[in-house]
Amino acid sequence: MTGERILTRNFHRADAHTLAAYRETGGYTAWEKAQTMEPTAITEEVKKSNLRGLGGAGFPTGMKWSFIPKNHAGPVYLVINADEAEPGTFKDRYLLEREPHAVIEGMLIAARAIRSSVGFVYIRGEYVEPWRRFSAAVREASEAGYLGGGFDVVVHRGAGAYICGEETGLISSLEGRKGWPKLKPPFPAIKGAFGAPTIVNNVETICHLPHIINRGAGWFASLGTKTQGGTRMYSVSGRVKRPGVYEASVALTLRQLIYDLAGGVTGNGRLKAVVPGGSSAAILRADEIDVTLDVDGLKNAGTMAGSAGVIVMDETVSIPEALMVVARFYAHESCGQCTPCRECTGWIYKITERIVEGRGRKEDLDTVLDVARRGVGTTICAFYDGAVGPYISYIEKFRDEFEALVTK
Amino acid sequence: MSLTTPVAFTPEQLAEVRRLQALYPDRRAALLPVLHMAQDAFGYISLEVEEYVAGLFDLTPAHVHEVVTFYTMFFQRPKGRHVVAVCHNLSCHLAGAPRILAHLKERLGLEVGQTTDDGRVTLLSVECLCACEHAPMMQVDDRYQFDLTPARVDRILEELR
Repeated sequence: MTGERILTRNFHRADAHTLAAYRETGGYTAWEKAQTMEPTAITEEVKKSNLRGLGGAGFPTGMKWSFIPKNHAGPVYLVINADEAEPGTFKDRYLLEREPHAVIEGMLIAARAIRSSVGFVYIRGEYVEPWRRFSAAVREASEAGYLGGGFDVVVHRGAGAYICGEETGLISSLEGRKGWPKLKPPFPAIKGAFGAPTIVNNVETICHLPHIINRGAGWFASLGTKTQGGTRMYSVSGRVKRPGVYEASVALTLRQLIYDLAGGVTGNGRLKAVVPGGSSAAILRADEIDVTLDVDGLKNAGTMAGSAGVIVMDETVSIPEALMVVARFYAHESCGQCTPCRECTGWIYKITERIVEGRGRKEDLDTVLDVARRGVGTTICAFYDGAVGPYISYIEKFRDEFEALVTK
Repeated sequence: MSLTTPVAFTPEQLAEVRRLQALYPDRRAALLPVLHMAQDAFGYISLEVEEYVAGLFDLTPAHVHEVVTFYTMFFQRPKGRHVVAVCHNLSCHLAGAPRILAHLKERLGLEVGQTTDDGRVTLLSVECLCACEHAPMMQVDDRYQFDLTPARVDRILEELR
């Protein structure tokens, strides 16, 4: 049912992060092969594989690469988004610590496709151990001659700001500014880091590339659904018996993930709700989990695959309290650039807090829904639209629970 | 770090600043890495440190101040020798983070954001550290501490000098 593990196949090895172990299991053979391929052929292969961005947005990776202007004279940059900070998500941490050479090999392949000579890996500042592990792998790869002969990797540490995971916010931060997102267009592929064409790819996305090159786009596409190829790494946490990272096809269902892989629900054992794609994803009720976990499957179910951070809640969990915690997060992490986001995230947090503390008013629920809906689409980046996912869905799907609190 | 520590990098640190600046197409991009260095060297990022770093980049102190205040990992006031940061986001909350935080407050006699009188520990509560599979968890200086219970928290605190 869950099929072959690809990205996580060496996770059981204590030395998986070393160059020796990576080479032993076929590491850098895809890079050898890619060097015999034309850059456009690499991009075509990735397009045919149906690989989609696994950081959150789910955009087709090959198509993103093809937006780099043809025959661009100046530098082109590859930026790897390792600013993992979406609540419920922890897969990139595993890849940085256990498969850093897969990230580097994927970068070499992507850089050849987009004709980039330098890649920046932006790692969240709190990830000190992953940063050390990855930096050590870069040194190994340089000494072994994989880096330094036309492509270099610069490892860059963030300093604690969720918005720096948004690709234009990340670019601002990389440039030595506060992490304010930029207006699009121009998209980064046209004008990104340091004013040059830039591709921003997620860690997990980039780790799939060696396997696509070695085993072919057809093989990768066949692992998934019609519109999304491959496996992905699901971060499962909350009220499950075996929380952790699970790699499986994107055609897996949410029910299979929770019950077959993560061992089922803890607490009273009765499932109440699931957040399927990191805290920005709309919540699903227990009767809505027979849905495949691919980008389009979850979109059709009214939520999103996002970062594949799955948070499970059993019936002992208070949904209003969960919303208060999530609302506190968005209020804290709004970068403050756009008025609707800056003001509404704080306002909604205050309302949810007073509801949970038993000081709620009857009109509060409709106020949250009204405020949330009015802000959609009015801001520079997708942060506020992401925050609205939980605001609206928690109240709409569990309204009784909120009403029971405000009528006290 | 005492307040009388002069705000100046050693020649070796200055060489590292130049190395970092040369890694990027625009040297300003080394600002975050250099601020991390400055915090390690001077304890926290005072206005004086901001001004010093601004000088190394030929930036205005206002730009550096804007950057320092934007990110949660830069301290603008002295911090303890150890920083204990409890994750209070959703998965940790579901797994009992409020109980862990309450226990820490009681054991240390602190509110969030405060430092013990002996300068040993600063207590923080923070947003998702992305280790939700080991909830509740916290970061102690450079290290993640997983699967916390009050007893485990006590053992960790005992090791902090």
